Amino acid sequence: MSVPPLQNKPCGGRYGDIVEAIGNTPLIELKRLSPKPGVRIWAKMESFNPTGSVKDRVAKALIEDAEAKGAIGPHTTILEPTSGNTGIALAMICSRKGYKLKVVMPDNVTQERTQLLKMYGAEIVYSPGNLGSNGAVAMAEEMAAANPEYYMPYQYGNPANPLAHYNGTAVEILDELDGQVDAFVAGLGTGGTLMGHARRFKEELGDRVTIVAAEPMQGEPVQGLRSLDDGYIPPIIDLSLLDRKIFVTNRDAVVWTRKLLDEEGLFVGVSSGAIARIAVRIASEMDEGNVVFIVCDDGWKYLSSGVYTLPVDEVANLDSTVWW
Amino acid sequence: MATIRIPPVLRPSVGGEREVSADGSNVGEVLRALVEQYPDTSSQLFGADGDLNRFVNVYLNDEDVRVLDGLDTTVGGTDELVILPAMAGGR
Repeated sequence: MSVPPLQNKPCGGRYGDIVEAIGNTPLIELKRLSPKPGVRIWAKMESFNPTGSVKDRVAKALIEDAEAKGAIGPHTTILEPTSGNTGIALAMICSRKGYKLKVVMPDNVTQERTQLLKMYGAEIVYSPGNLGSNGAVAMAEEMAAANPEYYMPYQYGNPANPLAHYNGTAVEILDELDGQVDAFVAGLGTGGTLMGHARRFKEELGDRVTIVAAEPMQGEPVQGLRSLDDGYIPPIIDLSLLDRKIFVTNRDAVVWTRKLLDEEGLFVGVSSGAIARIAVRIASEMDEGNVVFIVCDDGWKYLSSGVYTLPVDEVANLDSTVWW
Repeated sequence: MATIRIPPVLRPSVGGEREVSADGSNVGEVLRALVEQYPDTSSQLFGADGDLNRFVNVYLNDEDVRVLDGLDTTVGGTDELVILPAMAGGR
């Protein structure tokens, strides 16, 4: 249990700088979404991190891992494929620590992500949007192989990613709920959030806890693969740690993002809506217990898309946008 | 008879159809029936060992069958199988 205790609860802690302030996020009960009195649904608000997403923890862990290994120095350029949040988190941390950062990102993400990356001083290289994150990963791998001055932390394959949750987020949840976690739901992207929590919870709680992955059903315009052999499975994912794996359409994700806002006052990103939908479904299958789900990011980066203000069917590029 | 939803990358192998129907009491049987109808899908869906190609995700309605009982997962007549390519997510 490596998380230092908060020094001045309930204010959220006292820290020497913004990077140290990552983590120790609130856990909020969502009573209106609970389908029955004995089942309590809790949102772990990773949107409260400094750049507004769970990826602050991951980026901090990736950079600290590279520093500990002596893999980066003043002349290194850090290069990472990302569709936004990891890049934004890395950009903030790199700007604080004085590292150059270049991110490879699909060209169909929301404009706020581009703006935030530039605000923190990152350089952006765009990959074809119709290849989704697969295209960004492939392009970044080619760039890293061609230039030894790049260091790629590679969130999809770096054990520091799940360890950020194993040693951080999961420990905080166990602490807040006195170890009473019956189901845990998170989004399946790089796999870091799910793997880190699953390992910690299975070690501490055994089979009493159900680990559930919610994953995006990529819209057809994003499935621009030439063949199935162009598919991609992040190396850190171990499916044997999952008890359920359920997809959510972009439409349902937006509907539930609005529901979180309307019914619980949570202004969060689209993937969190998808995860909440699955958390409520799992809760409805239980008689009692605690269901915890991860709120991955806040809603600010999605404002321009109209997901909070337009009727769902009028949201532009609903199927061709990479929402998570 | 179960419905199978076909992703864009596989449609050329099934005459451009978005959905096809196939018989079978479990996922393996339904997919084998699909391969019998459309032999070009065989090498894309299955590896040489007869298991699902690692980059193919098959969902019973909306749940990944790999986390259920794999190819032995029971399929009912009103169920839908959804085939999707493995895509990287995460940000």
